[in-house]
Amino acid sequence: MLKSNVFNKKTRNNRIKKEVREVYLRDDIWCGASSCKTCDSSVARLTASTILVVDTNVVLNQIDLLENPAIDDVVVLSVVLDEVKNKNLSVYNRIRALCSNSLRKFYVFSNKFHKDTHVDKMDKESPNDLNDRAIRVATQWYQKHLGDTTRVLLVTNDRENKRKATEEGIFAETIESYVKSLAQPSLLDLLVQPASEDVNMEDVEDLRPSKRKLIYEEHKPMSEITSGLRRGIYHQGKLRVNRYNPFEAYVGSESIGDDIIIYGRTNMNRAFDGDIVAVELLPQDQWHEEKSLSIADEDDEDEDDVHLAPSSADDAPRTTNLVTTDEQNSVPNRPSGRVVGIIKRNWHSYCGSLEPMPMPAGSGSIAHALFVSKDRRIPKIRIQTRQLGNLLDKRIIVAVDSWDRQSRYPFGHYVRVIGEIGDTGTESEMVLIDNDIDARPFSTQILACLPPLPWSVSSKDLANPIRLDLRDLRVFSVDPPGCKDIDDALHCTALPNGNFEVGVHIADVTNFVHPGTPLDDEASKRGTSVYLVERRIDMLPKPLTEDICSLRADVERLAFSVIWEMTPEAEIVSTRYTKSIIKSCAALSYVEAQARMDDSRLMDPLTTDLRNMNTLAKIMRQRRIDRGALTLASAEVKFQIDTETHDPLDIGMYQIQEANQMVEEFMLAANVSVAEQILRHFPLCSLLRRHPSPTKEMLEPLLRTAAAIGLDLDVSSSKALADSLDRAVGDDPYFNKLIRILATRCMTQAVYFCSGDLTLSEFHHYGLAAPLYTHFTSPIRRYADVVVHRLLAASLGIYKLPSVFQDRPQLTSTADNLNYRHRNAQMASRASVELHTLIYFRKRPTDTEARIVKIRANGFIVFVPKFGIEGPVYLTPRGGQKGSGDWYVDEQQQKIVKMDGSLSYSVLQTVQIHMEVVEPQPNRPKLQLALI
Amino acid sequence: MEYVSPEGLRLDGRRPTEMRQLRAEIGAVAKADGSAVFEMGNTKVIAAVYGPREVQNWSQQMSDQALVRCEYSMANFSTGDRMRKPKGDRRSTEISLVIRQTMEACILTHLLPRSQIDIFVQVLQADGGTRSACINAATLALADAGIPMRDLVTSCSSGCLNRTPLLDLNYVEDSAGGPDVTVGILPTLDKVTLLQMDAKLPTDAFEDVMQLAIEGCKAIANYIKEVLQENTKQLECRRGL
Repeated sequence: MLKSNVFNKKTRNNRIKKEVREVYLRDDIWCGASSCKTCDSSVARLTASTILVVDTNVVLNQIDLLENPAIDDVVVLSVVLDEVKNKNLSVYNRIRALCSNSLRKFYVFSNKFHKDTHVDKMDKESPNDLNDRAIRVATQWYQKHLGDTTRVLLVTNDRENKRKATEEGIFAETIESYVKSLAQPSLLDLLVQPASEDVNMEDVEDLRPSKRKLIYEEHKPMSEITSGLRRGIYHQGKLRVNRYNPFEAYVGSESIGDDIIIYGRTNMNRAFDGDIVAVELLPQDQWHEEKSLSIADEDDEDEDDVHLAPSSADDAPRTTNLVTTDEQNSVPNRPSGRVVGIIKRNWHSYCGSLEPMPMPAGSGSIAHALFVSKDRRIPKIRIQTRQLGNLLDKRIIVAVDSWDRQSRYPFGHYVRVIGEIGDTGTESEMVLIDNDIDARPFSTQILACLPPLPWSVSSKDLANPIRLDLRDLRVFSVDPPGCKDIDDALHCTALPNGNFEVGVHIADVTNFVHPGTPLDDEASKRGTSVYLVERRIDMLPKPLTEDICSLRADVERLAFSVIWEMTPEAEIVSTRYTKSIIKSCAALSYVEAQARMDDSRLMDPLTTDLRNMNTLAKIMRQRRIDRGALTLASAEVKFQIDTETHDPLDIGMYQIQEANQMVEEFMLAANVSVAEQILRHFPLCSLLRRHPSPTKEMLEPLLRTAAAIGLDLDVSSSKALADSLDRAVGDDPYFNKLIRILATRCMTQAVYFCSGDLTLSEFHHYGLAAPLYTHFTSPIRRYADVVVHRLLAASLGIYKLPSVFQDRPQLTSTADNLNYRHRNAQMASRASVELHTLIYFRKRPTDTEARIVKIRANGFIVFVPKFGIEGPVYLTPRGGQKGSGDWYVDEQQQKIVKMDGSLSYSVLQTVQIHMEVVEPQPNRPKLQLALI
Repeated sequence: MEYVSPEGLRLDGRRPTEMRQLRAEIGAVAKADGSAVFEMGNTKVIAAVYGPREVQNWSQQMSDQALVRCEYSMANFSTGDRMRKPKGDRRSTEISLVIRQTMEACILTHLLPRSQIDIFVQVLQADGGTRSACINAATLALADAGIPMRDLVTSCSSGCLNRTPLLDLNYVEDSAGGPDVTVGILPTLDKVTLLQMDAKLPTDAFEDVMQLAIEGCKAIANYIKEVLQENTKQLECRRGL
């Protein structure tokens, strides 16, 4: 059965090395066609009389088309898969998903290892030609193997490959002609238009003869870029486009240690936000001139030419402006540059709508349209469509295909429609798509993993020796009002020796979610529940989230408990971990709990427990603060939603009460205890959470603001920072909170990680000032907690550790996915709040009070405390002369003064503003803030 | 990295439970009392046995059993890059010891008191699984030298990548950093004489991986028996029997 075939391969790692690898050619690789008599039909997926063999370029470029159910009976050769994997991993994952989807008829044929389709490299043959030949050989084999009853069609867009295939007697077609032969016009929109060098674009060129001139400089070849990078002429970095001004971008470069600014689309040279680019510095004398030049160049675009720098910490240029301000106009002394090449594209699909345009005469013909992305950092995208009338009032998804030098805008193709513009559901869905959140209902396989409903604690659970019966304890839960997924409950009993027994009971999700089941796979993929303003996207199916796992009042529920014995000084004497059965006696809201504690007439046992816990929590909190934990603040807002229309009725800041802090304190303690326990047992494969200390550069904006208002912040340690934040009390009550919000923005993100990947000193959680931390207390809505539950159970010897955890790279990738999902969930919540803010203010233009948080060249960024909104306020009127010396900015003092000295604004000052929703560009409404 | 494709094929086209191609040749070194070349795919090992002979170092002589010595080395050209392979480094000392102990356990040393048996193994071409190949080659060489043995010893490695147990790892799979279990058995007596593992593996998965390696050892034993029988037949022919 085995045939050995040795081939030589040259690989290059610094020097040339000869490698010899074996290839075993086989005769047991089946063709996958159900009509075939000789092959094993149990794996067969291809049924039609026409079978497609796709070339690599088709998979790489037309994956959107292949995902359409109209295309089926496709053979994917392993050589194609390998090539796709090398060129584009995300496309590879998508084609792999197609191949494993049982509803689709995609079959992977390992032609490399089949004895008849294996090809050896010929002398002087390039790898590309070798692959093309392998594809042709495999296609020919298929045709011969299946006989005349089946037509095997090679789909390729490579002209050379197609010519050779036809010569060899293989049916070959381009993807365009194949799709046309299917006679489904809607499919044609999904086609990616080939770049102009491949197929003639005469019709396009004819329409816009003026655009024939070259607009952009040619990208340098890769070899030149690499050598340029090594010699230090070019600088590599990720391009970040300014949120407020799409014509300005930054490239963080390590070689310079500073951000390089790139002004204008010409200098950006077709780079997108997020691309890894190579940048060349412009000569120093052009650093300033470039700015005005770029604006003139782009004046045909009706964008607001704002030169406000970004507000959030992530895309703020990390630079100190050390310019002496003795001149009239301070010259920005930042290096500016231009993009010479793109090392890695960050193209994906974008949500947005078409730019309104008149309907061309005669429907059904091809129309060219401009697509405007919701994300302002993305340029307009040119697409071709045959269903223009249908798309004009819709939100659609478009993918980018190419951007050549003659064209001002990139070319893309339509992927699908989301819904009507302006519809709340559509706009919410856009938020989800933008953040890569899967909001599809759970599949039947997943729902099959659920226990039968109605579920209740069975006698088997009661008899289980690993479960402690805690039903007689006075357990209660405290949550936000209306909370349905209650995953934590507490109890506190006074012991005869004067100590307290305090328990934290967490829903025992892992009792229902077993590793390796579809349910577990889905949960790990989703990573977290996502909370939008008007809806919640669950990580686990609803019956688990709201019923079986939810620790509701007066029902018996399974729990995983952490029980401490604590002295009245809140010192932990002993810690116990156990699976348990509890029966919550009350599901309180924060307000209710607070009211009970405050009402001195109430003396019932539950209230006493609450008060005892609160006392303990206060001590623990104080101790934590003494250790240097930061009390940060964020501008969380709360909407009141109309139950009928789902429109927001009111917004306001989220109120935090003592009861919140009490619950939070015990959850933190439980997390820390569990982190210690699992790390002790699994030093190499525990899932922990760390919060890296912010670097000096990250704190720079905060320090500058603080210095401007004469505040002295000590950032040498978290303790020092916490203390100086406490001291920072201004004239009004909101001052301190504002400073804390600004401080929060400078912090790094806390992240999950696998304990084997880092050293112990890096495990530190900066914000909580804890050496170890993990997430244990919300397994219903966070997958990390599910993982930690399993680790904890294994450390107690209750269950065996699933093999996933012993595979360190796998745990690392799980942690990475959780971080990604977590960040996306946060972004989505924020975007959802933004969306609803917009809907709210659309009907209610409002005058309110705002605080200046940052001063920029022609305006400042304000924060509206009442609504948690942040946005730019422009001082120079739009359309007026830009950069006119009306205003004089003092960056060091963070002050902006009118030239005649009549007006001046400084940072953190209160101003009155007017808020109103405007639509400067169609379909892209935004909230405009203006000074009164 | 994907070591087993969803189609169930490894990087070199084998299925997870398949071994590489085996080849063995007896009598490669004319001067030695017994010798053999053993190949597992691209791994190629030569073994030569001298003895039983007089003990060279008097102080090491044992009155009740034979002294077994083993020396393992890698040829300078055995890996692609021509590095000088220092003799007596940690790794080769350890492998020498492992081979010696494994072979000692099957040689009937008490039948050859006050004598010495030298086993020299050298890796001519390394592509993963050298340890196993050396033991297999040494078994053949000992049999060729006519040294009394309890049973043949055969060895095979297995590992676990992408959560699939894999038999007979080659160099690429070996350097993936996953667990690597080397098993040596006495096939007729059905006893394990060597068991080594790198990295960690959960106990239940370990059972599967070890079982797979034992299957591999048995397959190798069958092949070695065939080779020995073939060799004996040839010897018969030469003697004109």
